[in-house]
Amino acid sequence: MDYERLLSPTVLDIKPSGIRKFFDIADTMKDIISLGVGEPDFPTPWEIRKAGIFSLEQGKTRYSSNWGLEQLRVSISRYVKRKYNVSYDPKSEVLVTVGGSEAIDACIRAITSPGDEIIIPQPSYVCYEPMTRMAGGVPVILETRAEDDFKVTPAQLKALITPRTKALILPYPCNPTGGIMEREDLEAIAEVLRDTDIFILSDEIYAELTFGDKAHVSIAEIEGMRERTVMVNGFSKTFSMTGWRLGYACGPAPVMKQVTKIHQYAIMCAPTTSQYAAIEALENGDEAVAAMKEEYDMRRRLIVSGFNAIGLTCREPKGAFYAFPCIRSTGLSSEEFCERLIYAERVAVVPGTAFGESGEGFVRASYCYSTEHIKEALRRIERFLKTL
Amino acid sequence: MNIKLLKQLSKNSRVDVADLAVMLGMTEDEVRAEIAEMENEGLIRGYKAVIDWDRLDNAYVSAIIELKVTPKAGLGFEDVAAKVMRYPEVESVYLMSGVYDLSVVVKGKTFQEVAKFVAKELSTIDSVTSTATHFVLRRYKELEVELLGSGKDERGSYLL
Repeated sequence: MDYERLLSPTVLDIKPSGIRKFFDIADTMKDIISLGVGEPDFPTPWEIRKAGIFSLEQGKTRYSSNWGLEQLRVSISRYVKRKYNVSYDPKSEVLVTVGGSEAIDACIRAITSPGDEIIIPQPSYVCYEPMTRMAGGVPVILETRAEDDFKVTPAQLKALITPRTKALILPYPCNPTGGIMEREDLEAIAEVLRDTDIFILSDEIYAELTFGDKAHVSIAEIEGMRERTVMVNGFSKTFSMTGWRLGYACGPAPVMKQVTKIHQYAIMCAPTTSQYAAIEALENGDEAVAAMKEEYDMRRRLIVSGFNAIGLTCREPKGAFYAFPCIRSTGLSSEEFCERLIYAERVAVVPGTAFGESGEGFVRASYCYSTEHIKEALRRIERFLKTL
Repeated sequence: MNIKLLKQLSKNSRVDVADLAVMLGMTEDEVRAEIAEMENEGLIRGYKAVIDWDRLDNAYVSAIIELKVTPKAGLGFEDVAAKVMRYPEVESVYLMSGVYDLSVVVKGKTFQEVAKFVAKELSTIDSVTSTATHFVLRRYKELEVELLGSGKDERGSYLL
């Protein structure tokens, strides 16, 4: 069969994720020290697991409402109000999804007409661009810069807005850069968008992993922004619940009604067991999250200081759980650096270019690892640098 | 007293002072001074390795002994606890709520040796009225460290 002719050209044109290659190499090697995984190393806190188990014991194994369990939506609504000071009606403005990813996909599809332009800041998580293309949209890349702490600046945004601009994706705290948008940064973006019809898809999956004394601020809280914003969040990163596949989207009722249509036909509903566990997470999980965050914070300091000490300039990542050191001083490209490092010292990090071309000159190192593991990786990288 | 520092040390007491300083946002001198102070105050009592003795043949056996004790007037349980804890065979001693009074962890080379120690030493202490010996058959977790399983990182490399 001529599959090339049969398959959708839109899908065929999508490049496989740039990170795969390194994991494929890593999988064939022994003694690999990986800083590659974007997944918490803590197991889901026991009380949350127990809530899932208990729901199974009680035989709660049926579909939930398409929107998700009402009790969970009420919990989400309360949590979002408590943490980010934005109110959403649990009946018509909160959708429970299969991870944050599904929420992002459904939102992009709900708002995109063929030819619509979606502004995507990069370096960022790899899904926005392919999802936009699959929805018939046109990705417009906004290249954030290290000297701006990888924030979206109002000038950059203004320069990219055209009559076809449909939405801005705002992925903060940012994977892979660790960049965050503080209140004043968001105010400036809001100022640009206020008199336009441009949507905001705010991917806040790492919101609770914001370090320093200021808590995460959602753009939906900024005046005039709630009506145009869908806030996406989830349980994977905050509560160490990656395998449960559970996220949510909150937005204005007319938008969420359409997003839910897509979710209804594609997914039916998010896994019920996960939904019961998630209620426990939101209602009683603060302490467990604080303990994990404290641990991440110490690892963060360790890895940042470690990179700087061995001569790879690393800005302080203020959110998520990645360090994004600059490797330009080695004269290597990001890919060369990662490939040579893995063969020479068996350390896996991800080239910045996996997250967009503007990631050239950087690598992503996750610190979801024990301090001993991080120290060993740094020792090996230091040894590698001396051979260059 | 620095709780964060204590927590780190209780997890791994062999972390370099330099790393602790970075992780806690302190100077190395501050970390050293805090540790010294906590040692002097007796808050930190020692540093030990967590060893999976079961991997060695005949390393040692241990037992938890429940002691019922008649407390002495004015001294309570302190007097007998002090006697019990002086034996080198005794690993730990706790005063318990519930049906017995002291929980004593004892180790020895063989079951017989431990049994003999209980019969000859612990049960003959004046105020001890009864003992019940529970031998440990297998250690699954010790001092928060899991001894079972490979400890391998099972996270896949599936996603970013």
